Amino acid sequence: MEQENGKRLVIGVIGADVHAVGIRILEFAFRQAGFQVTNLGVMVSQEEFIGAALETGADAIVVSSLYGHGELDCRGLRDKCDEAGLEGILLYVGGNIVVGKQDFNDVEKRFHEMGFDRVFPPGTTPEQAIECLNKDLGVG
Amino acid sequence: MRPVLLIDFGSTFTKVTAVDLEAERILGRSSAFTTADSDIGRGLNLALDRLADKTGDLVYESRLACSSAAGGLRVMVSGLVPELTAEAARLAALGAGAKICRVFSHQLTRCDLTEIEENPPDIFLLTGGTDGGNRQCITSNAERLASLTSRFPIIFAGNRSALDDCERLLADFPLTVCPNVMPCFGELRIEPVQKEIRRLFLERIVSARGLSRTRELLSGILMPTPSAILSAVTLLAGGTKEEPGIGDLIAVDVGGATTDVYSVGQGEPDDAGIIFKGLEEPYAKRTVEGDIGVRYSIQGIIDEVGPDRLACEADLETGRLVQLVSHLTAQPFLLPEDQGEELRRLDHTLAASAVDVATRRHAGVLSRVYTPMGPAWLQKGKNLRQMERIILTGGSLIYSTRPLELARQALYSDRHPESLRPYRAQALLDQDYILSAMGVLAEREPGIALRIMKKELTPLGVCHRRQDQEEANGSA
Ligand code: B12
Repeated sequence: MEQENGKRLVIGVIGADVHAVGIRILEFAFRQAGFQVTNLGVMVSQEEFIGAALETGADAIVVSSLYGHGELDCRGLRDKCDEAGLEGILLYVGGNIVVGKQDFNDVEKRFHEMGFDRVFPPGTTPEQAIECLNKDLGVG
Repeated sequence: MRPVLLIDFGSTFTKVTAVDLEAERILGRSSAFTTADSDIGRGLNLALDRLADKTGDLVYESRLACSSAAGGLRVMVSGLVPELTAEAARLAALGAGAKICRVFSHQLTRCDLTEIEENPPDIFLLTGGTDGGNRQCITSNAERLASLTSRFPIIFAGNRSALDDCERLLADFPLTVCPNVMPCFGELRIEPVQKEIRRLFLERIVSARGLSRTRELLSGILMPTPSAILSAVTLLAGGTKEEPGIGDLIAVDVGGATTDVYSVGQGEPDDAGIIFKGLEEPYAKRTVEGDIGVRYSIQGIIDEVGPDRLACEADLETGRLVQLVSHLTAQPFLLPEDQGEELRRLDHTLAASAVDVATRRHAGVLSRVYTPMGPAWLQKGKNLRQMERIILTGGSLIYSTRPLELARQALYSDRHPESLRPYRAQALLDQDYILSAMGVLAEREPGIALRIMKKELTPLGVCHRRQDQEEANGSA
């Protein structure tokens, strides 16, 4: 394992989504890379992400959505973060965030407009996500 | 014979129980009215005289006590997120037998500080942030507390990374440090704080409350009464290393001003399709409803249930109900036995509603969420559905003529299917008021306390879940 880098992540699968496997793999990979990870598991509400991020002093919230309803579930998360005093916290989303095959550029644009800093297409590896986290959080 | 004296200093009664450790039985009990806090020594002597009339003169090898006198143990807690660290702190203090006067979350405001200054607590429990997490909230709250002129014991049980700063800021407070009540997200660690609260209670609060004179009479333990009851029922449920307990249980104590509910057990979801959300639940949990009681807090029951429904259940006209309620409120010491038929019915209905409302607030809630994938189930709070025993204690339950019906109010009901209360349970009555005494004794002799409870609690029979139809038919 890499040495701890002092950065804290809150991760989870948003909404009514029960796909439990991917998030465990992400947790493991992020820990290996030196992050402190709070994994909220599946069926996580926006409020839970925010409560956990506040208490743990998180540097980033990483949202996973696999069942296709990510757009509905993620709407308003940035505003609620601002409301709760988490202004400027890094927000990531990835998985299979929309239904079916859509042009990812459109999808990405919509999620950017919703306030997400990075939006990942299906098939993104944990390593790619870690690279971005390191860059955005100034690690290493 | 090895007699031991157990004392419960209450706000209105001092109760004494003599136990023979050798025969593992109760030798006798008695009580005396205490009107004012200064009376506490006199009330005790009176109760002891009455006890001696029953048991003859005994030489006690020890005298142990619990107390809820002088307003109980007033605790304020602060945390960061209301449903996370602030809730963990609240649960910790409740389980230690405290009377929670305020729960603060996020940063203390000027208004909060004025409130603290005007009426400082016996103990302030300062929390916030997981270990290594948010540091800013607890540190700034420490700084704000330091700006007050009053000084009171503070327990630090928040983010470890903020400890050094907080210790410096709170240097002139009596400060003790405990492990974080929520060391990492969702995990509850409250026992160390509870131990510390009990220690502070014994060391500082007792002497500040004129109880110190009585302390000379005691040979050790003095704990807050609710904490004694919680340890009694925890022992009864879980047993000792040598002897099994009776299994998971809930206990209800309906008083004149408040209603306490205790539950012992894991309380996790009982179906693989249910997902648990929120903060972990304490294995031994206490809640107290300050607005639910059958004398001083009748209004709270009326507000919750509604006057019409209450009247209907007591078989009274609503106007008559209101009349009787003001009568009861004006004479809080009226006992059920010296009342007319109507008042007795009302008293029963009030006690039944108190049990219903307080257990509903204690129990967890199951909610059905409609997702694009169909329905899913979420559990928040503690699941009591599989708990198979209910213990009734407290004046209005002990003296009831229909206690089994009251126990039944603590069960699952079709009216509130979301409330995770027991489906069926065996009811036990603490007829002789021994729970607090056994909780105190348990500190020294858990095995004996366990066996006495098993012997002395009166089985009332089994009660079953409430279904709408039979409720409508009025059958019990
Ligand atoms: C197993 C499975 C299930 C199981 C889940 C069991 C469980 N508790 O985990 C069950 C049977 C319950 C299920 C149900 C459903 N499923 Co399903 N399921 C799958 C399946 C076959 C595998 C998922 C999996 O575990 N993969 C392995 C892990 C390691 O990969 P992963 O989840 O993709 O996660 C990785 C990456 O995506 C990435 N990642 C994930 N999140 C994030 C976030 C960020 C920020 C980043 C950078 C990366 C990242 O990193 C992870 C680790 O490498 C996939 C198809 C597939 N092959 O992916 C469908 C799939 C996800 N399911 C799908 C659907 C539609 C459903 C249902 C709606 C079906 C239905 N109509 O009932 C329900 C939804 C239930 C619910 N409420 O969530 C669709 C989603 C389609 C879409 N989004 O457009 C998929 C893609 C199948 C398909 N091709 O149609 N499913």
